[in-house]
Amino acid sequence: MWSLSKIASSLHGWLNSTFDPTISLIIEMVIAGVSIIGLFAVLGLVLVLMERRVAAWIQIRLGPNRVGPQGLLQSMADTIKLLVKEGLTPNGADKFLFNLAPFIAMIVAMLLMAPIAFAKDFQLWDLNIGVLYVSAVSSIMVISILMAGWSSNNKYSLMGAMRSGAQIVSYELSAGLAILSIVVLTGSLQVSTIIESQADGWWIFKGHIPAIISFVIFMIAVTAETNRAPFDLAEAESELTAGFHTEYSGMKFALFFLSEYVNVFIVCSIGATIFLGGWMPFHIGHWESFNHVMDFIPSSIWFFGKTFMLIFLIMWFRWTFPRLRIDQLLNLEWKYLLPISMLNLLVMTAIAILGWHF
Amino acid sequence: MFLKEYIKDVYGAIKSLLVGLNRTGYYFTHHKEIITEQYPDNRATLKMADRFKGEVIMPHNANNEHRCTGCTACELACPNGTIKVVTKFEVNAEGKKKKAIDKLVYHLELCTMCNLCVVACPSDAIKMAPTFEHSVYDRSLLTKILNNPGSKIMEGVE
Repeated sequence: MWSLSKIASSLHGWLNSTFDPTISLIIEMVIAGVSIIGLFAVLGLVLVLMERRVAAWIQIRLGPNRVGPQGLLQSMADTIKLLVKEGLTPNGADKFLFNLAPFIAMIVAMLLMAPIAFAKDFQLWDLNIGVLYVSAVSSIMVISILMAGWSSNNKYSLMGAMRSGAQIVSYELSAGLAILSIVVLTGSLQVSTIIESQADGWWIFKGHIPAIISFVIFMIAVTAETNRAPFDLAEAESELTAGFHTEYSGMKFALFFLSEYVNVFIVCSIGATIFLGGWMPFHIGHWESFNHVMDFIPSSIWFFGKTFMLIFLIMWFRWTFPRLRIDQLLNLEWKYLLPISMLNLLVMTAIAILGWHF
Repeated sequence: MFLKEYIKDVYGAIKSLLVGLNRTGYYFTHHKEIITEQYPDNRATLKMADRFKGEVIMPHNANNEHRCTGCTACELACPNGTIKVVTKFEVNAEGKKKKAIDKLVYHLELCTMCNLCVVACPSDAIKMAPTFEHSVYDRSLLTKILNNPGSKIMEGVE
């Protein structure tokens, strides 16, 4: 049967038989890098179009429907527009930091792609601390935002960047604790082990109510971490006029825009991996025939289906909820989410020790 | 007591958020609710809202008669001098002189569609029309004379 891992392993075999191991390793690295960049471009196009369509339908509008069939080429046209636009640098800006910031945002998003399992046995780097790596690297994101806000020489940008710093630092905590409550059950930080442990059911079903609570907390925290509404204080179109990327134009703006959507994809794929079983098909206990039918659906489709479901959820949040004030945002984290997730972690640990989970 | 308030807070928050999600989810799945008008395509069937204000018109009946007495209330009410009433004196059958309008000049290019003239009119002579395709190449085309040529005041309107 066709699968991504078979293509990868046959490519690996062919390269190793044709070239010597060092050169084939270098070629494989280049191929991986190019495919990640390609995935970025496709994700940017697809997610921007998806967001605009979801937003339109939720607000009882039609959305983009003029460029190409059903408006499918709209984001392509926008990309071309952004590519040919001039990238301005403001006069008083710190030029080096100003031009560096969008690339850091992009590089962080690329680094985060490494431990994600896109399909069965199809993963760039299955390191033994995969989940820790993701939560550690994703906090570098805030540096690019602070850099952009500080170097823009614009008080609104600086304000947006500062808000974003406070926000990401606080919400990292509850996102980490939510992930930790599943790590307690699996006993491993390795992404492949976490997925393997969900072969007989996803953790959101196996972990009883605490797993559902930590899933909800995870979704709230990652919405805040990716700076999306209702937690988009860093951007806040109506008050800060886009916050940290006010002064950016052309392709530098596009990089920020792209990294936002790629980050949404990454956090959703982490959520899908940890709570919804990654590429693992939907299995119910001992229903052999049902499980067998589910196994026929390719694992990459399972992964992308779950991820896009979570992305849709985050988009749904964005176009439904009103934006929080900065004090409400920090209250929500420190007074509600953090105590609840700590208690939840305690309950989850008890469940794991007593073996009450399935 | 504090804990009770806390749990009530969390419950209320989650409930109200779910109500909102339910509403937007309904709109997302029910595309027949979409209110977008695809304007140039549906020009033939386009129906404007009843209260849409596009320009000031003066309705005339079949005998080319209007209801305007030339009282200039609309001119006084207009905040930016959009309306000019040019009056004349007509001699009626009994030999009495009576004030009537010669021209009611309306500058569409100045009008803000504030509706104050329509409200001010004591005899309901003018009203707002739901037309909106006003673009022209020459600005002077936007200065309109609202009463038809040769029109008279309707019988019984004072």
